[in-house]
Amino acid sequence: MTSTATPATAGTRPPAPDPAPAPPRRGGTSRLHRTEKRWALLFVAAPVLGYLLFILYPTLFALYASLTRWNGLGPMQFIGLDNYVALLGDERFRQTLFNTFFYMIGIPIGLAISLALAVMMNRKIFGRAAFRAIYYVPVISSIAAIAILWQWAYNGDFGLVNQFLGLFGIDGPNWLADPVWAKPAIIMMAVWKGLGYSMLLYLAAIQSVPRSLYEAAELDGAGGWQKFRSITLPMVQPVTFFLIVTQVIGGAMIFIEIQIMTPTGGPEYSTASVVYHIWLQAFRYQQMGYATAMSVVLGLLILVITLIQFRLNRRNAGFVVD
Amino acid sequence: MTTTTPAPTTATTTGAPPGTRLGRSARSRLTDTIVWVVLAAGAVFMIAPLVWMLSTSLKTKLEVFALPPVWIPEVPQWDTYVRMWTDSYVLDGIKNSLVVSLSVTVIGTFTCSLAAFALAKMRMPFKNAIFIGLLTGIMIPFPTIMIPQFVMFSKIGWVDTLWPLIVPAIFGNIVMIFFLRQYLSSVPDSLVEAAKIDGASYWQIFWRMIMPIIRPAVAAQFILWFMAVWNDYLAPILYLNTPEKQTLQVVIANMNVQYATQRDYPLIMAASVVAVLPILVVFLIFQRQIIESVALTGTKG
Repeated sequence: MTSTATPATAGTRPPAPDPAPAPPRRGGTSRLHRTEKRWALLFVAAPVLGYLLFILYPTLFALYASLTRWNGLGPMQFIGLDNYVALLGDERFRQTLFNTFFYMIGIPIGLAISLALAVMMNRKIFGRAAFRAIYYVPVISSIAAIAILWQWAYNGDFGLVNQFLGLFGIDGPNWLADPVWAKPAIIMMAVWKGLGYSMLLYLAAIQSVPRSLYEAAELDGAGGWQKFRSITLPMVQPVTFFLIVTQVIGGAMIFIEIQIMTPTGGPEYSTASVVYHIWLQAFRYQQMGYATAMSVVLGLLILVITLIQFRLNRRNAGFVVD
Repeated sequence: MTTTTPAPTTATTTGAPPGTRLGRSARSRLTDTIVWVVLAAGAVFMIAPLVWMLSTSLKTKLEVFALPPVWIPEVPQWDTYVRMWTDSYVLDGIKNSLVVSLSVTVIGTFTCSLAAFALAKMRMPFKNAIFIGLLTGIMIPFPTIMIPQFVMFSKIGWVDTLWPLIVPAIFGNIVMIFFLRQYLSSVPDSLVEAAKIDGASYWQIFWRMIMPIIRPAVAAQFILWFMAVWNDYLAPILYLNTPEKQTLQVVIANMNVQYATQRDYPLIMAASVVAVLPILVVFLIFQRQIIESVALTGTKG
């Protein structure tokens, strides 16, 4: 890593990632540069075109469409901010926002469990690779299939979950049909599905912590918990940050589980998420303008939350380093 | 939970180092055993629902509702799988999912690699602006642009075809471009410069030199992308209406709605098994690469 003065090592790693274009030495180089530029632009043409056509244009279009009354087929009728004003008083939209944020309770729970699993899996125990694979299987499984499976597992009378609770004499609710238990049911499933992924990232982070840190702490007489608190936890902080950011973004867009497990948005709309609501309004009721306004609000919310997280983390990281 | 105790023993039994080592290792062996038991119990929780899915798919309709539940069906009903094959659209679903996943990942990987090479190793006006511009695309969530995209594709008559799932993706995937560019930044520029001096064209440099170098990174990203496209659901349900044209995930979700009323859970679970199985096999074969590249995403991000 450290760039030594010996020229021998220079070949393995360039000292500067992007050196400024070298000054032309001969007359021919500028022509060569022009060819290079042309090829380079050709090579990036596809992603740039894709970005313009399928991301930028739809985004601008969404911004405009959110200011119109529009069923997706007929003409767009410009109505200014009316859709956004209507959103403020929309009970259903507020409820789906609440539900969506409620699901995020699962994020810290999942992170805590997966960190504990990663710490345990960091020990050289028998069958470690097999454990790692087993915990990872739900991650790679299709979410549609998993949602179908859990919908059946949450069946009040014959489902796996209540059968299991029955072993302890607990009479479980009819999970997905119960306005109180439907959301926790979906959270439990999401935590179960995501554990393996977070665990894997945590494990990789823990394994890259220098052993000498732990050894030094042991010499100072630090206990297991102390070592965890003051070495492991700060060292995996970047992974925690990465996981929180990505899972908040993913959680804000939760849809598939909801649409499959509770096709009507759950009892009293108690499971409907924002994306579910958008999807329903746009593709069932053809309220394209209004649905687009909701999708713009969702996009902005995600953007703002992500920026805040980066802000907070920068302060945190600075604090740790200084 | 399980406290890995340090070694106060070392202080007391200073005289006999072998003895302390034994005491320490005995304790750590005890901790290992506890940890193993906890992990094994967790593993049961992780795998039990999936085993139950498989077991349900082989039950009779009566056994499904048996109390206490049956884990191993008395006579495995392989017939359910035959029924699924002939009476449902699962086969069409597999075919459509393969068409989408393979065309997206094969063509998309190619466009991503080319772009990553240009962005990492070539001189180009506004290079950083282009790269940062592309990165902003990550910030736009799909639900925000799905309605305009849908209207766009419906105007050119692509609703109920696989094109809207394939075309936007083959223009490249920003995340993959990002990772390949990162990977290429550890390749010395002098290699590319030397090839240029030797008179190689940029296409030759890319194909003969860059591709072999980035192959491991490409392979890992390819597998992850394939799994993501195979498991995709939101975009497919927007566009695909005719059963013969739906991808596997949509087919099984529709079967779930259709057959739940008939209480035909074995059939539904059989379809779910089929939806999970191909990816599971891919995972078991490429386990090491997948796990390594996933771990890498975390540390890079």
